[in-house]
Amino acid sequence: MIMTDITLTIDGKQVAVPKGTSILQAAITAGITIPHYCWHPGLKAVGNCRMCLVQVEKWPKPVASCVQPVSEGMVVKTSTDEITKIRKSVMEFLLINHPLDCPTCDQAGECRLQDYYMNYDEVPSRFAEEKVSKNKMIDLGANVMLDQERCIACTRCIRVCQEVAGVDELTLANRGDHTMITTFPGKKLSNPYAGNTIDVCPVGALTNKDFRFKKRVWFLERTPSVCPGCSRGCNIEIHHEELKVYRLLPRYNPEVNNYWICDEGRYGYKFINEDRILRPRILEKNISHLVSSDEAVDRLAGLMKGGALDEIGVVANAQETNETLQALADFAKTVLKTRHLYFSRREVENPVSDNFLMTADKNPNQAFVDKLGFRPLSTLKEVRGLLVLNSLSPADMKKVIEKKVPILGIWASNENPAAHSSAVVFPIPTYAEQEGHFTNVRGLTQKITAAYPPRGEARLVSETLEELTERLQTNARSYTQNSYPLSPHL
Amino acid sequence: MVPSMSLILTNRVGQPESYTLQVFEKTGGYQSVKKLFSLQPNQVIDEVKNSGLRGRGGAGFSAGLKWSFVPQDTGKPVYLCVNADESEPGTFKDRLLLEDDPHQLIEGIIIACYAIRSHTAYIYIRGEFDLPCQRIRSAVAEAYAKGYLGKNIFKSGYDLDVTIHRGAGAYICGEETALLESLEGKKGQPRIKPPFPAVVGLFGSPTVINNVETLSALPFIINHGAAAYRRFGTEKSPGTKLFSVSGHVNKPGVLEKPLGYPLKDLIEKDCGGVLGGKRLKAVVPGGSSVPVLNAQDVETVKLDYESLMQHGSMLGSGGVIVLHEGVDMLWALRNLSRFYAHESCGQCTPCREGSGWVDKILVRFLREGGTSADIELLKDISNNMMGKTICVLADALAMPVLSYLKKFPEDFAAHFRGKTAQAQMHVL
Repeated sequence: MIMTDITLTIDGKQVAVPKGTSILQAAITAGITIPHYCWHPGLKAVGNCRMCLVQVEKWPKPVASCVQPVSEGMVVKTSTDEITKIRKSVMEFLLINHPLDCPTCDQAGECRLQDYYMNYDEVPSRFAEEKVSKNKMIDLGANVMLDQERCIACTRCIRVCQEVAGVDELTLANRGDHTMITTFPGKKLSNPYAGNTIDVCPVGALTNKDFRFKKRVWFLERTPSVCPGCSRGCNIEIHHEELKVYRLLPRYNPEVNNYWICDEGRYGYKFINEDRILRPRILEKNISHLVSSDEAVDRLAGLMKGGALDEIGVVANAQETNETLQALADFAKTVLKTRHLYFSRREVENPVSDNFLMTADKNPNQAFVDKLGFRPLSTLKEVRGLLVLNSLSPADMKKVIEKKVPILGIWASNENPAAHSSAVVFPIPTYAEQEGHFTNVRGLTQKITAAYPPRGEARLVSETLEELTERLQTNARSYTQNSYPLSPHL
Repeated sequence: MVPSMSLILTNRVGQPESYTLQVFEKTGGYQSVKKLFSLQPNQVIDEVKNSGLRGRGGAGFSAGLKWSFVPQDTGKPVYLCVNADESEPGTFKDRLLLEDDPHQLIEGIIIACYAIRSHTAYIYIRGEFDLPCQRIRSAVAEAYAKGYLGKNIFKSGYDLDVTIHRGAGAYICGEETALLESLEGKKGQPRIKPPFPAVVGLFGSPTVINNVETLSALPFIINHGAAAYRRFGTEKSPGTKLFSVSGHVNKPGVLEKPLGYPLKDLIEKDCGGVLGGKRLKAVVPGGSSVPVLNAQDVETVKLDYESLMQHGSMLGSGGVIVLHEGVDMLWALRNLSRFYAHESCGQCTPCREGSGWVDKILVRFLREGGTSADIELLKDISNNMMGKTICVLADALAMPVLSYLKKFPEDFAAHFRGKTAQAQMHVL
């Protein structure tokens, strides 16, 4: 379809936009803000909140700018006295039955009612009647809590379910000021994209069971990143304070995930906070000892020097960044000169996938692993020992145990069976604590940034590999397998 | 000379078994069909345009013009929806047509469908209409049995199916786009216009929605021609209209009158005057949504679109509610606000919240008394509701509020705090 441009004037500014654009979108193009609740750039416009009403010259009534397409020569006014009064009145209407429970509301700080009250209303209430009471604590399912009193009936959540998840799970029941969002009788909210209803809710009606009451949002810092939950590479924002991640939110990227993420990705952040390996350690006579990083490097160098370096295999992991994978590949090829380049990956039973965002490959970087020529660990040949990145899948772990191949060293952020049986363990940052790139299923390479410095004594894999290289090339203290026998696998 | 008898719509009303096909055909029913099929659809549209017939659902838009907006090149079916969801308080004219002359409506449906080239009509009938629904159902069945509906109707080669759909008790479903939503199986909520139903209507197809009374006038227009229809009524408001008269009159009921008929005559001559010989206080002339008239207005106003407009009100659905001097207009207004607060679909903020707010203020006014600040607040809320929403339900409450306050300020002043003796009489 050929898109012809339409020229119109908004608040005296000339704007040219494609035919079919709404006034509201044209205003955004022109850098003019029109307040709105029900309109969301990723959803069908319904024009019910009436906050975005504007005046068009020669038109008898104000129009909802979110649903009104532009027309040639249209003269739009968004800040007349009448429009100012309408915005004030819509604010007043929205607040008369609102509980005004901001102090205990989790949306405080990111609430459109709060923001627009300051921008467009800022007058005391004229409402002297009794407010409509509704249910304030409904567990809709899928981690979504509903407070019907705070709801402004904008229907964004209904539309997310319909248009993003493709299911009819939420609806408006009743009429007038008794209108309320609800699930269908006896049914729960259960679609794998349900968390997006919380994101799009402009007020405190839908809150996240996982996040609510844990943190005031204004204390949170926001770091752009990429979801490591599967090979889609959805763009996310990590919300964190100090050295803790509180939630993940989708970050707009029309090439990948638009405005959305799946719930699997959304709640997949817990490993960043829990079960972390924070200090280097070595296994000595089956007992784990915390050691300094230097000692750990020394120990590993010693173990490696107990035989030919090219008999050592390396195991990359599809959870790690391009940079880490590249460093390991370089180390294997130039220092070890080994041909034993393997990879392992995160495997889950019955992985969920769909034709929208979720892929069955629950790793963010299989594409780059493949590109570097790492082979599946199932093809493991005779090696003297293994250097492992991150972890081993249960099947790979079984293979290593069967072949009685010792794990000489592992670089891991979280506790896992391979780390428990490794002679040397190096703590590394999670994806949230480092810069780098992931290459997604469609070959798109995307940047991740560090929300905060690596926790504990975690260091980048490339740093320890550099030190290891130095140790292997000099005649530093050497350890032999005999003097420090490796533990059997746990 | 203004004729006083029924001439177009209600000729069969009150006749024994007028709702049967037999009586209908004996009294000239289905006569227009023969002529209809000798005309081209566009000729039918032109004839109806020329008749000046205006939509009787309330908006008063030219019926022929509405039909002419239907595009014929979309490759989609065209639908006719019959709006039989008569729910406007004070309005009960369609009920009469459905009960006493359902075949006249079916004949009108055939004419309208032929004109817009539709082969499918839906009758959306108010859920509470039990007898009307029975009557239209059996009439449709009779018509099918006789070959007047279905395939090749009247052996004309033209197919037409009619389906009856009962509403589930929502006033808003009488709003034409909410009706479409409801018919599609969704919650009855008005749609944003444009696109208009003529272009994107039922199931995304071109659709015309006509009121029962509008369609019932069509057989006369086809039988006798546009000029004959124009002999009734005024230049700009041709034809006759049904008026549902209720309230404080001696003989309430549905009356067919040519448009332009004096309201005073309707009350005094046709309805036997104000009940109990009391003085007239107010008249709501076009269903509960329209601005109220006081006794002085009633002296001069005529029942047509233009005259009522001049008096600051509207012809609407023709639901004439007569109130005598004993009525407290605050109480009457609260009666309306309760209805609109209950019936607001809840979609648009100003209507959803405003209708409930107005109702609560009026209740407080009645129970505890109010202040002049409350009056100003009511006016402001009404102005903030009016013209700010997807459909006109908000206006339908705001207009009465503003007009009651303007025309009967003393009734509200009587409820100012400290003067609540009268208020306590009202059991809410």
